[in-house]
Amino acid sequence: MPDRIRLQVARYRPELESEVTFDEYEVPCPKDWVVLDGLNHVKDRIDGTLAYRWSCRMGICGSCGMTVNGEPKLTCATFLADYAPGPVRVEPLRNFPVIRDLVVDIGDFMRKLVKVKPWIVRQAEKPLSEGEYLQTPEQMEEYQQFSMCINCMLCYAACPIYGLDPKFIGPAAIALAQRYNLDNRDEGAAERMEVLSEHEGIWGCTFVGECTKACPKNVDPAGAIQRYKLTAAVESMKSFFLPRGA
Amino acid sequence: MTPSHDVVLVGGGGAGLRAAIAIAETNPTLTVAVVSKVYPMRSHTVSAEGGAAGAVAPDDSLDEHAYDTISGGDWLCDQDAVEAFVREAPQELLRLERWGCPWSREPNGRIAVRPFGGMKKMRTWFAADKTGFHMLHTLFQTSLKYTSVVRYDEWFVTRLLVDEGRVQGVIAIDLKSGRIEAITARAVILCTGGCGKVFPFTTNAAIKTGDGMALAYRAGAPLKDMEFIQYHPTGLPFTGILITEAARSEGGYLINKDGYRYLQDYNLGTPQPQPVFRSMELGPRDRLSQAFMQELEKGRTIETPYGHVVHLDLRHLGEKKITAKIPFVRELCLKYQNLDPVRDLIPVRPVVHYMMGGIHTDSNGATALPGLYAAGEAACVSINGANRLGSNSLPELLVFGARAGRAAAEYASRGLDVNPRIIAQKTDEHRRLETDLFNAKGRERMATIRDEMQAIMERSAGIYRTGASLQQGVAELRALQARVAGIAIEDRSRTFNTERVAALELAFTLDIAETMVAAGLRREESRGAHQRTDFPKRDDARFLTHSLVYRGADGAPRVEYLPVTITRWPPGERVYGEAAAHARPHQVAGSPLPSGTGV
Repeated sequence: MPDRIRLQVARYRPELESEVTFDEYEVPCPKDWVVLDGLNHVKDRIDGTLAYRWSCRMGICGSCGMTVNGEPKLTCATFLADYAPGPVRVEPLRNFPVIRDLVVDIGDFMRKLVKVKPWIVRQAEKPLSEGEYLQTPEQMEEYQQFSMCINCMLCYAACPIYGLDPKFIGPAAIALAQRYNLDNRDEGAAERMEVLSEHEGIWGCTFVGECTKACPKNVDPAGAIQRYKLTAAVESMKSFFLPRGA
Repeated sequence: MTPSHDVVLVGGGGAGLRAAIAIAETNPTLTVAVVSKVYPMRSHTVSAEGGAAGAVAPDDSLDEHAYDTISGGDWLCDQDAVEAFVREAPQELLRLERWGCPWSREPNGRIAVRPFGGMKKMRTWFAADKTGFHMLHTLFQTSLKYTSVVRYDEWFVTRLLVDEGRVQGVIAIDLKSGRIEAITARAVILCTGGCGKVFPFTTNAAIKTGDGMALAYRAGAPLKDMEFIQYHPTGLPFTGILITEAARSEGGYLINKDGYRYLQDYNLGTPQPQPVFRSMELGPRDRLSQAFMQELEKGRTIETPYGHVVHLDLRHLGEKKITAKIPFVRELCLKYQNLDPVRDLIPVRPVVHYMMGGIHTDSNGATALPGLYAAGEAACVSINGANRLGSNSLPELLVFGARAGRAAAEYASRGLDVNPRIIAQKTDEHRRLETDLFNAKGRERMATIRDEMQAIMERSAGIYRTGASLQQGVAELRALQARVAGIAIEDRSRTFNTERVAALELAFTLDIAETMVAAGLRREESRGAHQRTDFPKRDDARFLTHSLVYRGADGAPRVEYLPVTITRWPPGERVYGEAAAHARPHQVAGSPLPSGTGV
């Protein structure tokens, strides 16, 4: 194994450059170093101007998603040694506007997230003194995988539909809507239906499945989308046969 | 036009979001700003694995939770605060259930509880082994439904606005644009978490730089009990990734290079095949970390490229149990250490994990400065005393986040208006952030000074301290303060300038480091996480007292003291292992706490 590896890192400083350039750095490459360790080495020892996000370095905060040799990755969970002898090309996540260097603007997702009402909706709430709502492990299993989304945006970066049509509400937001729709404590599915069924909603997805492949937490957004399409289709069929308000 | 709100929250982790919801529910007409240097769901609460304590089991009681907390904290907890905490913790955890938190369940659908280190009964609620992650995302997603909550995502707060002793807002940099803005408010709540990055080896995320503690300290509010720093006994080498206590409460063994369960040599009980509450591997964290240091002295640890370790052995649990009960542990080992706990020993060592100390507050989160509140790890109420018990920090941020939110809402509802002249302070801060920082003459790299600070802290205020080591730390940190003013910032861009933020964070951590060493030097006793080899005994006559560190006129810390509140549990010995079973009931005075919940 080589003891060093070359990183080719995308740079974009809007005050200085009108387009992306690449800077190259050589960094150590021990077996347990991830791409993020390489970037931190650059920032600490070589070039303090490189901008990127990171925090937990254990795959749970969702900050450090980037494009590594063309694929969306959490850079804290991507070993440099796997790319030996290199070089390793590090770019910002695709499908998002770039703010600076490896930092992308995720404001679009943050707005869409609110639209799907990712919280428990109930008509009436029983008082705390009456204890918890019962939920068997099987009932939890229904929605649990969708609750594992860390909002890292790798699925949006991988999604060809989102790339073409930014109005598409996108994989993570749909998965999170399903996380609540499938929770036996929730009564908000009807309220979420409108946002999810509109043109830019789930009908935009042609079941490419890239989102599920990219997800570092084994969430299956593509499955959520397909399942929801079925629900929505049944609901719209019902509206043909039943009078409104039924 | 200066943005203005009724309450500004700094930090959008568990405590901040719980406070935001409390304010929105207390008074929906108040506008609340959540100002956070990261998107709220990136906050460090996300990393907590094990669980959240709340006494609900039929054989459990609030008194027992209080006693475990107080004895675990070596009697430095304020007992009135602990009583409020144990009473409200189950309700807060249940409220989170209402908001959708996927608490792990029994087959009959009821919430499951499990044992946890230092707790004598099964009272830890958990959401698989991602409890903090699920709590944070539940709080964040729930907070989205309150239209009175306005977020300033990726804004970095650089100072508090204070006029005539009253806190009236903050100054912050919008990272995306570089814009420097005053955000005024009738009340400010600091919920910025801990400051593990003061030390070289920590479970804390990169963002844990004690910003809120330093902001309060610089504004004149005292920091309390800063000498008490909790090590987690089982972190992975190099990354500091935490292997949760759950790995031990499911039956993991800690062994030295001879395969020997060494904790039996340190008054922590007799080894049994099954886990025993408060005994051996389920003893309190500080005692486990100290035992590691003694094994190191005896030459019974294992040497690796990342320093000395001991081994955590899960192999006897088998693949099925590991995958069912602690899948996250296996996932972390496979992904970051390239080993499989089903077959391999896990190399672990103590790593800095949690700050018992923080901004001095009362039980409602109020600090010494009118208009300023704090909650969560950034604050010191104090329920953690000299050593926090595992699974108390998550309910703490709920209970005291909610309390601080309600108190700040009440204060803001009747509070004074912001003094318009306060905006003038923006001019000074603008000059400091734009001109002074960028034009510093120094050539030193930031990482050099950061690494030096961390090495000083490890040497002077690590697991074991002495008067001499702390005295040296005081001098070395003072010298570093002179150099930090002149660090080189290469990045002059206004757009997402992370280097400028890192420089400001480094200056925050350095202030915090000084308070820790100053308070540690003056506490001439050993208590909980503060272990002085030159004063090995607890000294209640002199030090059954909180330390309060104020920033002096010259920038150096000044230490004062404040009595500990004792209600019903007079100071006793901390005992673990078999002796613990006999020690407890004799020490309770007065009437027990009424049960607070129907669960």
